[in-house]
Amino acid sequence: MITIAGGGLAGLASAYELARRGVSVRVFDPGDSPGSNSVARFAGGMLAPWCEGESAEDEVVALGALAADWWAQVTPVFRRGTLVVAPPRDTPDLTRFARRTSAHRPVTGAEISELEPVLSDRFQHGLFFEGEAHLDPRRALRDLAQSLQDMGVELLYNTPTPALIDLDCTGMAADLPDLRPVRGEMAILYCPEIEINRTLRLLHPRMPLYLVPRGDGHYMIGGTMIESSSSRPPSLRSLTELLSAAFTLHPAFAEASVVEIGAGLRPAFPDNLPRIITHNGRLHLNGFYRHGFLLAPAMAARVADQILPGDKR
Amino acid sequence: MQIYDTEINSRLLVGTAQYPSPAVLVDAINSCRCEIVTVSLRRENADGSGTGFWDTLRQTGTRILPNTAGCHSVQEAVTTAQMARELFGTNWIKLEVIGHADNLQPDVFGLVEAARILCAQGFQVFPYTTDDLVVGEKLLEAGCEVLMPWGAPIGSGQGLRNPDALRGMRAHFPNVPLIVDAGIGRPSDACQAMELGMDAVLLNTAIAKAGDPAAMAQAMAQAVDAGRAGYLADPMERRNMAIPSTPILGMAELA
Repeated sequence: MITIAGGGLAGLASAYELARRGVSVRVFDPGDSPGSNSVARFAGGMLAPWCEGESAEDEVVALGALAADWWAQVTPVFRRGTLVVAPPRDTPDLTRFARRTSAHRPVTGAEISELEPVLSDRFQHGLFFEGEAHLDPRRALRDLAQSLQDMGVELLYNTPTPALIDLDCTGMAADLPDLRPVRGEMAILYCPEIEINRTLRLLHPRMPLYLVPRGDGHYMIGGTMIESSSSRPPSLRSLTELLSAAFTLHPAFAEASVVEIGAGLRPAFPDNLPRIITHNGRLHLNGFYRHGFLLAPAMAARVADQILPGDKR
Repeated sequence: MQIYDTEINSRLLVGTAQYPSPAVLVDAINSCRCEIVTVSLRRENADGSGTGFWDTLRQTGTRILPNTAGCHSVQEAVTTAQMARELFGTNWIKLEVIGHADNLQPDVFGLVEAARILCAQGFQVFPYTTDDLVVGEKLLEAGCEVLMPWGAPIGSGQGLRNPDALRGMRAHFPNVPLIVDAGIGRPSDACQAMELGMDAVLLNTAIAKAGDPAAMAQAMAQAVDAGRAGYLADPMERRNMAIPSTPILGMAELA
C-alpha cells in the first residue's frame, strides 16, 4: 500500500501512475472533493509545451510533449492548437515569441480568420502551434479521480494526513525550503455570442493574456504572475488589465458576463521547475508552478518509478 | 562612484522583473556582478508576503533599491515608498510617478512633488525623470542628490533617443551622479550612455527578456566598463576628412 498526502493534481496523477503499476494506493485530502483545495482549479488547462518554451527551460517542452496523450486517457482533450496573436503595435513581441519557440508556423490575417472566424480582420499576423491542446481543469480533476476509483484507489476526503506517508503532494502546504508562492489571478467569462474554439494568446507588453474555451460560451482568461503569498481575491488592477485585454481580443467581450473571478498560489522552486525531493525523510513531488497539467503526467511517472524501482512501463 | 554617502563600484544597476525564473535572475546578477538591484513593491506584498522572492534576492548579497514602479499619483508613490522603507529597512527609494499609460513617461510635476515629500521624510530619493534640465534642477532643489534620466520609454529597448540632451545634462550637472534609467536595449546603448559621461546605467528588460539573460548581463557589464573607460580616456574628436594613420613624412624613398 502506497499512501499519498494531497489530492490535487500532483497527488492524483501520481496515484494514477502508481495504480497503473499494480500497487494499492490511498490518497488523503483535507478537502471535500477532487482538487477542492488545489490551485489547479484556477489553471488554464493548456497543454502548450511549445508556447511555454518562450520563457521556460527546455525541460518543460520535453516533459510536456506527451501530456495531451496522457490526459486523453481519462478526460476530453481538445487538440485544436494554440493561436498566438498581437496587436499591430506589439508585433516585435510576436517576432520575439516566434524566435524563442518551436513547432509553430506563421499565419496571415486570412488564415487567422479561417481558424477563428470571429477574429476576422482583427489581427494581420499570428503564430499557430498546431500540436497543442487544452482541457477543462476541473472536469479533468473529477475525471481523473473517477478513473482512480475505478482502478480501486482509495480517495479519502475530509481526512487528515497520517504522520507516516510515502509521498507528499501538498503544494504550498508542504513548507519546503526554497518553495515560494507565485500568485495568479483569473476570470471566467460567459459570452455566447462569440465562438472561439482553441486557446488564444494575446501578446502584450504589460498584460499578456491567454483565453481558453471551456465550452458552451464560457471562456477562462488569465493569468497574472505576482511574487506574493497573498491569497486575497483578484485586485481591480489585475482584473482591469485582464478584462481590457479580452476586449482587445474582441470587442464583443464587452457584453460578456464575468461569472467567476479567482486567485491562487502556484508553488514554485527557484528555477520554476517541479522537483522530486526527500525532505526530513519524506518524499515530495512539488513545485509545478504554472505547468501543473502540462508536467504532472511526466513527473508522476518519474515519482512512480522512484517509489517502485524495477517496475518501469 | 558615491551616491548618498555610499561608495559603489559597479556602474550597472539591474531591475528584477520579468525574468523566466528567480534562478535565472540570480545567475544574471552573479554574472554582471552588480551591487544594486531594484525591486518593485506591490500592494499584495505590503504585509511582507513576497518574502520567498525577496529571500532569494537577499542571498545574492546585493543592495536593494526598492522602486515605486506602476504608481500613477503622488499619494500612491509616497505610500509605496513608506511601505518599502518598512519592508526593506532602507531609506533608498527609486521614485517613479508615471504620467502616461502608453509611453510610461514620468509625470514630472508629480515627481518633483513626491520627491519633496519623501526627501523631507528622510528618504534618499533616486528619481526616474526625463532629460529636462529644469526638472532636474527642481529635483535637486527638492533634495535629490542623484538624477535618473530616461534613455527611451521603459521597456522599449530603443537605446538613447536623445543623446544631445543627456550630453547637456552632463554639462549642466557636472557634480551630480547621473544614471540612465530605461530604454537600454543592447550593450552598445549602455556603452554609448557611459561614453557620454553618465555615471551608471540602470536596466531590466534588456537582460530579463534576452534569450540568455546571464550572458546578456555579462555583456552589459562589459559594455558599461568599456564606455566608462572610453569616457575617461578622452576620445579623439570626429573629423569630416580622412587622415592617414601612418605619417607620410619620413617614408622611405624606394624608387
